[in-house]
Amino acid sequence: MAPVAPSLPAVSLRGAVALSGRFPLLAGVDLEVAVGETVLVEGPNGAGKTSLLRVCAGLVPLASGTLTVLGLDPVRHRTAVRRRVGLLSHASHLYDDLTVRENIRFGVRAAGGDPARIDPACARWGLTGRLARTPAVKLSAGQRRRAALAVLTARWPEVWLLDEPHAGLDVAARALLDEAVAEASAAGVTILIASHEPGAAEDLAHRAVTVTGGRVTADRELRPASPVVDEGRATDGQPSDGQPSDGGARPGAGEGAGRPAGTDRPTADVASGAAPQGRVAHVA
Amino acid sequence: MSTPSTAVPVHPAAPSATNTGMTPPPAQSARSRTTERVIGLLALVGTVCTVWLGLWVTPPDRTQGDLVRLVYVHPGVAWVALYLAFGLAAVSSILYLWPRTRSLFWDRLAAASVEVGVVFNICTLVSGSIWGKPTWGVWWAWDARLTLTAVLLVLFLGYLALRRIPAEPEVRARRSAFVALFAVLDVPLVHFSVNWWNTLHQGATVLNPGLTLKIHGSMAWTLLLGFVALTLVFVWMLLVRYRIGVLEDWLDANELDAAVAERQAEGATPAGGAGAGDPLGSGRDPGDGAPSERVGVA
Amino acid sequence: MWRDAALVAGKDLRIEARSRVALTQVAPFGIVALALFAFALGPDRATMARGAPGLFWVAVLFCTVLAVQRSVSVESADGARDGLRLSGLDPAGLFLGKSVAVGAQLVVLQAVLAVGVVLLYGARIQVPWMIVVSCALGTVGLAVTGTLYGALSSGLRVRETLLPLLLLPIVAPVLLAGTRIWQAAMTGGTPSDGSQWLRLLVLFDAVYVAVGVVLFGSIQETA
Repeated sequence: MAPVAPSLPAVSLRGAVALSGRFPLLAGVDLEVAVGETVLVEGPNGAGKTSLLRVCAGLVPLASGTLTVLGLDPVRHRTAVRRRVGLLSHASHLYDDLTVRENIRFGVRAAGGDPARIDPACARWGLTGRLARTPAVKLSAGQRRRAALAVLTARWPEVWLLDEPHAGLDVAARALLDEAVAEASAAGVTILIASHEPGAAEDLAHRAVTVTGGRVTADRELRPASPVVDEGRATDGQPSDGQPSDGGARPGAGEGAGRPAGTDRPTADVASGAAPQGRVAHVA
Repeated sequence: MSTPSTAVPVHPAAPSATNTGMTPPPAQSARSRTTERVIGLLALVGTVCTVWLGLWVTPPDRTQGDLVRLVYVHPGVAWVALYLAFGLAAVSSILYLWPRTRSLFWDRLAAASVEVGVVFNICTLVSGSIWGKPTWGVWWAWDARLTLTAVLLVLFLGYLALRRIPAEPEVRARRSAFVALFAVLDVPLVHFSVNWWNTLHQGATVLNPGLTLKIHGSMAWTLLLGFVALTLVFVWMLLVRYRIGVLEDWLDANELDAAVAERQAEGATPAGGAGAGDPLGSGRDPGDGAPSERVGVA
Repeated sequence: MWRDAALVAGKDLRIEARSRVALTQVAPFGIVALALFAFALGPDRATMARGAPGLFWVAVLFCTVLAVQRSVSVESADGARDGLRLSGLDPAGLFLGKSVAVGAQLVVLQAVLAVGVVLLYGARIQVPWMIVVSCALGTVGLAVTGTLYGALSSGLRVRETLLPLLLLPIVAPVLLAGTRIWQAAMTGGTPSDGSQWLRLLVLFDAVYVAVGVVLFGSIQETA
């Protein structure tokens, strides 16, 4: 599972339109996320944050536009992409009749994860002892979320898509979550967090994009991407359609070492009306 | 074919007030309208002739009397329902599933074919029943052909039930195509099963009416005409139903375009599109040093 | 693929072991169906014995519908279906795994129903191996077609009513073949009597297993 070379974005969407029946969940999204970046996705209810994550996970096909995840097309390389991406959604994907531990074990093994990491993950999220042997139907919402997080941390995929991760968690669990996200971020995992509570997640994120009406309507930087160790491993698979950016050179995380915020990024010259480059692509 | 995205208004000014949203309905080309009319006319003429010949000109059978006139109807509708409609639906569904030829055209064709096929299927069963009562004494006999027709009817109805469930055209098309494919695979198996099943009960195998008749002379010509006429009726109904399907899809696509426009309007800055220099909309905090905001116009 | 199949089959069977739905609900329903047939056909044991093969298989079909519905509804709680898709499980493996789980339940159900038929209708089985083989082949056919149609209808709200309508006509050959083979088995027929029906069952099974393995991935993405 070679990681994507730092010059290719982890996630790249261009003009993505996704439908649910007749309703457009996404109405033309342009977004690029570099490897190792942590991006906060904000926006009002119904704006399309969840849909954005689901699209990136490959659950919802695009009606038009392009999407590449880790350089691969999620439709054509379904299994490969899904094994390397982890989605934490509102639902926890737990089977009512199985115990917590059995659920986690199934979740990890189904995704091709390492079974040896199951116990440490359970311990990390406090799912041990009697709780581990409880049927999932008896769990509270917070406990279900913890179980889903245990599966995620046991699998440790390259891309994490977290949909309202803090919802339903108590204070202790939130601290654990922040810790896990920080650890993942430092390890070079690409993370997208959709959240209503920017407070907690803002500390963790490099960037924040706002989604409204099914499109990305704002994009701002929070803190510079920390340098990702580029060990020069080649990517596998095809080069992605989304070549790093139209026009502006968006520094890949690997090159970001030590650069202060704003360098190489077109800074706010809003008044001048200069066409911004790089971060947010435009209408083609 | 009718991917809605091609009609999504991209220019920021477009989604707002003045757009009433509706693109004009796909006009039926003059050629297809002519074809439809011609076939309809031929079908009508053929049917009238068949009826006239069948009811008045041809002689009654020695054993069955006037009842034999059903032979001009029953095998004809059966041929259309069992082979033509079903076969067309099967082929269209497979062509839809095959990536190289995937196109909603095949899906609409399959759906139209199945719908018209159901009508002919019911006609087959009814005409068979009417024929059977005086001939065999029963309204229904479990002979192989009738049974197969009945099973086919149920398969068709299942397909139609599935299509009624609201979904995007592509999702609905795929689901229906899978069901059609499974049904196609099943039909030969059912055919063999029912044939073998029936031959074990010799008593009930009172023959397919068509086989016992010796058909010659004017009856043969009328029979042939009947087949042709019914085929033309099928084709005409298929064309009309297909056209209705196109219009239905156009209506759906328009609703979709309107929905996309509304969705975009949800987030777009009011009155003025391009947004460069417009710090409205996202309302993000100014406390972030140089406001490097951009309004992404997608 | 096999690894994934084993994983999924194990998961489904473990769920069944915990919840015991097939054992405590579907099997009794099967017995109830047999009783209803008895009420309908009258107390004459000769009639019922003659009708036993068909009644057995009809009861099996009803139980199949229930078992498949259960297999599908297990996945609809808490978005587990999405979870299966997200995990990147091989779709063919998923198909085989779920079919095996349904098939295992069907085998148990058939055993219960067979005993019921023998006891309640006075059916006498003269050639047991034909019974066993027909039930085994029939199980495979029912399980795979059930899983296929279950997947096709899994996301739909009208699944409960749609699934039987779609599934039962398709498995008509299994019903016909199973009934004929049972009849031969009960009247002491020679193997050649049932051989064409056995071949039909094998063909039916082969076709739908192949279809499922190849197409299940696409079906999953559709629903």
